[in-house]
Amino acid sequence: MRNHDSEPVLSVQNLQVSFTTDDGVVRAVDGVSFDVYAGETVCIVGESGSGKSVMAGSILRLNNSSTATTTGKILLGGVDVLSADESVVRGLRGSEVAMIFQDPMSALNPYYTVGDQIAEAYLVHHPEVSKKDARQVVLQMMIKVGIPSPEKRIDEYPHQFSGGMRQRIVIAIALINSPRLLIADEPTTALDVTVQAQILDLMMDLQKEFGMTILLITHDLGVVAEVAQDVIVMYAGRIVEQSDVEAIFHAPTHPYAWGLLGSVSSYGASKRGDLFTISGSPPSLISLPEGCAFHPRCVHSLGSGSRCQSEKPVLRPVGNNGSRSACHLADEVLVSIGTGTGAR
Amino acid sequence: MNSDIALQAINLVKYFPTGSSGLLGRPDKSVKAVDGVSLTLRKGATLGIVGESGCGKSTLARVLTRLIEPTSGQVILNGADITHTSGKELRDVRQQMQMIFQDPVSSLNPRHSIGQIIGMPFTVQGQFDKEATPVRVRELMKLVGLNPEHFNRYPHEFSGGQRQRIGIARALALNPSVVIADEPVSALDVSVRAQILNLLEGLQAELNLSLVFIAHDLSVVRHIADEVAVMYLGKIVERGPAATVYTHPAHPYTKALLSAVPIQDPSSRGGAGRIRLQGDVPSPIDPPSGCRFRTRCWKAEALCEEQEPLLTDDGSGRLVACHFPEETPVAIGNRAQ
Repeated sequence: MRNHDSEPVLSVQNLQVSFTTDDGVVRAVDGVSFDVYAGETVCIVGESGSGKSVMAGSILRLNNSSTATTTGKILLGGVDVLSADESVVRGLRGSEVAMIFQDPMSALNPYYTVGDQIAEAYLVHHPEVSKKDARQVVLQMMIKVGIPSPEKRIDEYPHQFSGGMRQRIVIAIALINSPRLLIADEPTTALDVTVQAQILDLMMDLQKEFGMTILLITHDLGVVAEVAQDVIVMYAGRIVEQSDVEAIFHAPTHPYAWGLLGSVSSYGASKRGDLFTISGSPPSLISLPEGCAFHPRCVHSLGSGSRCQSEKPVLRPVGNNGSRSACHLADEVLVSIGTGTGAR
Repeated sequence: MNSDIALQAINLVKYFPTGSSGLLGRPDKSVKAVDGVSLTLRKGATLGIVGESGCGKSTLARVLTRLIEPTSGQVILNGADITHTSGKELRDVRQQMQMIFQDPVSSLNPRHSIGQIIGMPFTVQGQFDKEATPVRVRELMKLVGLNPEHFNRYPHEFSGGQRQRIGIARALALNPSVVIADEPVSALDVSVRAQILNLLEGLQAELNLSLVFIAHDLSVVRHIADEVAVMYLGKIVERGPAATVYTHPAHPYTKALLSAVPIQDPSSRGGAGRIRLQGDVPSPIDPPSGCRFRTRCWKAEALCEEQEPLLTDDGSGRLVACHFPEETPVAIGNRAQ
């Protein structure tokens, strides 16, 4: 991990989120800690059900409080979000921290013009500004996110925009108050590749312009390789590996990360040749396996009666490039296999 | 008729009527979902069809399987024209050609057990046999890597990957020679996706299937296909051997599409030669004149607006529909192999 002198923008400490359902308690996030520093882009990778979206939602306290139990600490610029008053959290939402969601259609209200929706986000945090002035701010923002002829489009409704343009509107809403931290939950998953490339470029350009910190949640390792500095890999509600982006692709240090990288086909590779697979499927969060949650699918598991089956591995430094891994295998083993399985 | 060809599409067209401002409120416009597509699938080969959403690839799949009837054009399956078959003949067609769907949840009846679902094709075809069918169903379950003991379980008891295996077993029940898979892995997680791709490849070799594999994910198609067809706004813009198309794309759209795929290697970030297309895909109701890609193409000239480029062989066995295709090196490189 790089050295950081300053305070982290976001510090998550031993976060646990569980939901009570008719079938039992779902442990969606099970003890997650990490820091995000100013100007960084941190990617959280994981398959569906790994807890990445629930984790992101709890940063702004968006999870349903009647069913979710959240413990731990989330520090945003010194404020503990989990114990703060609702009014304090409301002040943070949108101004300090903004969020972009996967589906740009359901994130926008079909009954209001896009201009009104962008202006609303601005006026909530700037009640002294007149509507006329707000409109100018909105127009400027629409130009920044690359919407052609904004004077005309500001008065149009979401259905008149394409998927990529809608996601630009969502980004405009998120950035109108110049937040310090942008949380993007699968922002390009619903988009086609050519549009995804446009949106990723836009986010990176705006990050430079606004000096934002980005927490990007994705399941797409290609996106990670394009934008991340730090990468956090989640599995069954826990962080299994945290490394910088070079290390995660060239010398990953967790068996799950090896599997994930190996099971991806890349178009540069030639046809045929079996893809490496991780056997089985992700576990149910209601009844997680004892010990390491990944051990039933792990080909490197130390076998029956070993710590893999009885003891939850703790995230610890492995190797000399700052990677941290939650695996019971010996450091030398993790480093040597990891170097061999990394991307070419 | 060449007996080496499993499935052929000749100038397929499918328009969906839309709008209501015509005479007596009749539809006066149409969505040109598939607009003159010709394809050939060789026996035992895999043809990949790629394109972005709205390019018509799923409509093409449904026309090829005769789930919907084309507006014009022909579909030829194992030498027989099936474009306008119906009734008993169409049922015979279904036996030879089956489909695997994208969504493993909505394509399985939640009230039927796995045994019933995989056995349904036999019932539909009037081949149900109290003794033989359950035996065959268990065989199929084993073939696709499901535990035959789960015969009486229901879809909700299975994970996404296993449900897709059920869908594959059902498609293979009647020993079809052609299977059309429409985005079979895009609803699955990466680790499970690889399992299903390996399974499909293995089954294809074992059963000598001819496979049409439709996907928006270029890397998945690269992995499985022998030949690739790239679609844009209802038309095929480029078609040829996968190795050629992927290493030396000739159509600007193919090139841009490949260039937009994020590369899984942080050291190649922001690499030179990346192409970023501007804007979005135009509406298929009113596609641009001439070449349909010209509104987003950086090479477009007046000719592109006036004249539609035809799909022509560039001399290497690859077809491209462009007035100004990318230069192909004299020797087709195999550097990625």
